[in-house]
Amino acid sequence: MGIFSSKNWWKTVTAILLIYTVIAGLLIDVPRQVILYESIRNLYFHVPMWFTMIFLFLVSMIYSIKNLSNGSMESDRKAIELVNTGVIFGILGIITGSIWAKFTWGAWWTNDVKLNGSAITMLIYLAYLVLRGSLEDEQKRARISAVYNIFAFVLLIVFIGILPRMTDSLHPGNGGNPGFNNYDLDDNMKLVFYPAVISWILLGWWISNLRIRKSRIEEKLES
Amino acid sequence: MKKIAFLLSFLISLGLQSQEIAMADEMRANGKIYVVVAVLTAILLGLIIYLITIDRKLSRMEKEIDKK
Repeated sequence: MGIFSSKNWWKTVTAILLIYTVIAGLLIDVPRQVILYESIRNLYFHVPMWFTMIFLFLVSMIYSIKNLSNGSMESDRKAIELVNTGVIFGILGIITGSIWAKFTWGAWWTNDVKLNGSAITMLIYLAYLVLRGSLEDEQKRARISAVYNIFAFVLLIVFIGILPRMTDSLHPGNGGNPGFNNYDLDDNMKLVFYPAVISWILLGWWISNLRIRKSRIEEKLES
Repeated sequence: MKKIAFLLSFLISLGLQSQEIAMADEMRANGKIYVVVAVLTAILLGLIIYLITIDRKLSRMEKEIDKK
């Protein structure tokens, strides 16, 4: 069960890519831009928080669908633990974004569509956790929260994916222009940004995995 | 003519601006940036090692439960 075993190789990849992200993220040349200055490097850390959250919520939704189709409690366990981890990354995304906003846009919080959209999304997922906590019966809890989880992910797409693109936003790539363009991301930055996204997503996956295994052990100990 | 002059001055100011944009060049020149890199790498390594120990502990518990 070593860290280099064939089952755990991706954890080694995660560690190497994360360390690369921090070192290269601080040292590699970035475009010189007013307002942003060196804070442009936050891109390697703030944006992957959101990508990781969305990835974990997406996989969670897939397990919720699985749970509804076959009633598997194992799928229910995976769905809840993925959301638990995803919420952490979402909170980190909001905190890092808020700090970055203060020093570039001049305020901790602005009424930017993307900010409000992500705040609403976080509340929707917090409600998911509250909903689960309020239901006693296991089967019932699994089914009701699975339906809610699918609904929550659809709202996430609307609030983070669609609405910010329909109006003006302080975020780059919003306001009718989806994604990054050449001005936002030069080749040098891609060299760090893509590995950064992969490594943070893998880290989220690793932590979720630990939570799922812990929950499984707890259940076995109880029975 | 006026327009061309304006355009020229605009282009020149753009060129000047790109050089004047203050980045942390000094921090890179005197090598202090490596102190920041070292600190962040240490924190990250610590967290990764922490995750590995939790991972191992869970593996041990899983094995024990399987034995029962």
